[in-house]
Amino acid sequence: MSQTAHTQTNAALHQAHSEVSGNEFLAFTLGKEEYGIDILKVQEIRGYEPVTRIANSPEFIKGVVNLRGIIVPIVDMRIKFNLGEPVYDQFTVVIILNIAGRVMGMVVDSVSDVTTLSPEQIKAAPEMGTTFDTDYLIGLGTLDERMLILVDIDKLMSSAEMGLIEEAAA
Amino acid sequence: MTVDMSQFYQVFFDEAEELLAEKEKLLLAVDVSAPDSEDLNAIFRAAHSIKGGAATFGFTDITEVTHMLESLLDRIRKGEMALTAEHVDAFLAAKDILKMQMDGHRQGSSVDQDAVSSVCQRLHALSQDSAAHAGSAVQPAGQPEKRATGTASTPTQAASASRSFRIELPEVPQRDVDALAAELGLLGEISQSVLDNKRSVFTLATNEKLDDIIAICSFVLDPDDLKITEETASAVAQPEADTAPPAMPESEPGYGFFEPLKSEIEKKDTSATEQAAAMPQSAHQEAETAVSVEGKPFGRRAADKQPATQESSSIRVGIEKVDQLINLVGELVITQAMIEQRTGSLDPILHERLLNSVGQLTRNTRDLQEAVMSIRMMPMDYVFSRFPRMVRDLAAKLGKKVEFITRGAATELDKGLIERIVDPLTHLVRNSVDHGIEMPDARRAAGKDEAGKLILSAAHQGGNIVIEVSDDGAGLNRDRILAKAKQQGLPVSDTMPDAEVWQLIFAPGFSTAEAVTDVSGRGVGMDVVKRNIMAMGGTVEISSAKGYGSTMSISLPLTLAILDGMSVKVGEEVYILPLGYVIESLQPTPADVKEIAGQGQVVKVREDYLPLIPLHKIFAIEPRYTDPSQGIVVILESDGKKAALLVDALVGQQQVVVKNLESNFRKVAGISGATILGDGGVSLILDVAALLRSSRQLTAAPIFS
Repeated sequence: MSQTAHTQTNAALHQAHSEVSGNEFLAFTLGKEEYGIDILKVQEIRGYEPVTRIANSPEFIKGVVNLRGIIVPIVDMRIKFNLGEPVYDQFTVVIILNIAGRVMGMVVDSVSDVTTLSPEQIKAAPEMGTTFDTDYLIGLGTLDERMLILVDIDKLMSSAEMGLIEEAAA
Repeated sequence: MTVDMSQFYQVFFDEAEELLAEKEKLLLAVDVSAPDSEDLNAIFRAAHSIKGGAATFGFTDITEVTHMLESLLDRIRKGEMALTAEHVDAFLAAKDILKMQMDGHRQGSSVDQDAVSSVCQRLHALSQDSAAHAGSAVQPAGQPEKRATGTASTPTQAASASRSFRIELPEVPQRDVDALAAELGLLGEISQSVLDNKRSVFTLATNEKLDDIIAICSFVLDPDDLKITEETASAVAQPEADTAPPAMPESEPGYGFFEPLKSEIEKKDTSATEQAAAMPQSAHQEAETAVSVEGKPFGRRAADKQPATQESSSIRVGIEKVDQLINLVGELVITQAMIEQRTGSLDPILHERLLNSVGQLTRNTRDLQEAVMSIRMMPMDYVFSRFPRMVRDLAAKLGKKVEFITRGAATELDKGLIERIVDPLTHLVRNSVDHGIEMPDARRAAGKDEAGKLILSAAHQGGNIVIEVSDDGAGLNRDRILAKAKQQGLPVSDTMPDAEVWQLIFAPGFSTAEAVTDVSGRGVGMDVVKRNIMAMGGTVEISSAKGYGSTMSISLPLTLAILDGMSVKVGEEVYILPLGYVIESLQPTPADVKEIAGQGQVVKVREDYLPLIPLHKIFAIEPRYTDPSQGIVVILESDGKKAALLVDALVGQQQVVVKNLESNFRKVAGISGATILGDGGVSLILDVAALLRSSRQLTAAPIFS
């Protein structure tokens, strides 16, 4: 009997493993909350460099930087979601995302690690309680004592609200 | 095993298109009375290659037309038939048909079957017709339908066959065997048998060389798999074989054609004049004479010889790969600039060797950048080559005589620009033929040569390329332009300098043509020409003298990727102004700045009051100076409108590499792009046209509110 149980857990594990093979999340913090985004959307992580301001754009669009010859817009999520006073120092981190062929940078407070979450660990997001519109959330990831707010970064960055992409903004 | 042939279609279409263009160029350049055998061979080869390709892919309609073309050309190049103007016309028509058929296959566009059959008939008629001239030894070439059966052979070829080959094929599909049999059948008499292991064996009696046979076979299969053995001279060889003139054109020394040329032209000229004096020949033919004389005295022929050898030494590479390379090298240049900047502060004695190496790196990077940039460069010939045909057709339609000359076709220009210059240039050339060059009798009355000269030239001038369209026609009519401008309510005066008067024709809706033709004269166009060229960062200038003709010169930057910029500073921010829009910069005296109630300020610059655009207000920057008399105003002009842009200071002038802002971001009002500065930072390039427009809106708005 114990053997059957063992096989079952094994199978379950196996199944979970194959299902979540893509579900690796990069965890980062904004204010006091911890967020996660699909690791496959992340191109690289860099320090914060001075940007060139773009006139007449929303305050959370910090400007553009030169990323090895391409011009990349930088958005500060802390300003976008009113998470305290943004500080720019040597610890400020920019996550460079590659979304729908477009490259953009996202300023966050810090990046912690990459975690693998199985579907069971991902719970549906409650209708309230986060600064993100639930439309842009995949769910909440639970990992031991931690809770990650999983953001559908694709949807968020191409949304009209961000105004980063022409079609959406128009 | 079946291979999906469709994956190769694009290659065939690309290649066939190039071949057709090449063929057209050669046809237009060919001297009807004394065709150069090299050219005829080249035309023949082009037709043959298209046919081969089309047959392989099963485009039978293309094969049919090319086959007729090819058999006719073959006889001309062998000297069995004399080339006439009629032939050239028919060949050109056939070229258009082939293009249409190809588009039909590629894009599914409709193919005009009537036109196809009429051209086929025309070609057929020509080949029939010539048979009568060509004497008893030559008989009409086989029709394509007959050839399709695979074993047809023309009596001519069989008669002159002197060698016999045994060709053993590897195991290939029956379709390929048939195609090959049909192909080889053109060379001579062919018989086919099948070996026990399903392999086919051809016996071919022909006059051609072994290489030619292998070349044909290689369309279908790998030549290494072939076994070709020459057998003893076959019995089909007949006495006539010796009298057949196979090598006549080839034996003509290729280098000699320049010498008789002069007399040839003179002869033609006089004969043309005589003809015209005696009885007005059909305009079509006259125009043709003129065009066929084209270019030769300027050695274009000699240059045309080269492409044949260049072809094999080039590769096709996707444009995105090239662009990526250019990007990476651009990045390298910036990195190198940073290294240079950082080592600049080191003690030159202590770090001599490091500094030497950095100097070396600088030189190498610069060379590398130049070399990489040159990949995108294409010769202007790519554009120029389409004009002889257009001019020829236009002149024929209008009953004018035009001698078309191109110069500097080897001048190189960025591919992106090349593609965008075609339309404006086409317009200017059309205009020159339509409005510039007069009718032959008017020219004669003016004491000019009947054939008008239309010169298209390209040359490098500094960092720019200058393309000129000039004609020796009537020139622009100052009075008529002024009268028309007044009629349209444009602000003009009779004392305006010529250059300003000529610029009037770029105003929207402006045309002085007395009659609207279907060629030009509808008054749309010149403004579009100017706008297109401005959009490429170029300028158009006109010089004209009444009775002596006019010249339109287009000046373009060598590449879209590089822009001559002026960097200006406002507060802590640096912006780039495209130098092409900048007229001057000055510091106005306080008395020259006037406030207009509720509509902002104007600056008096000499006689004009220009609207003042404070850049700091538009971009919400904290400036150093808000008072124009403390800062600097830059006078900008776009679309004929001027304005003064207020900035804090001028930083300098530099060439900048233009980067697209929209590839990762959206369009930003007032910004046309971005560039990377030497220190790795980003600077935005101002969209001057948009700034001027917005300033007008700014000042106009209060009136309605």
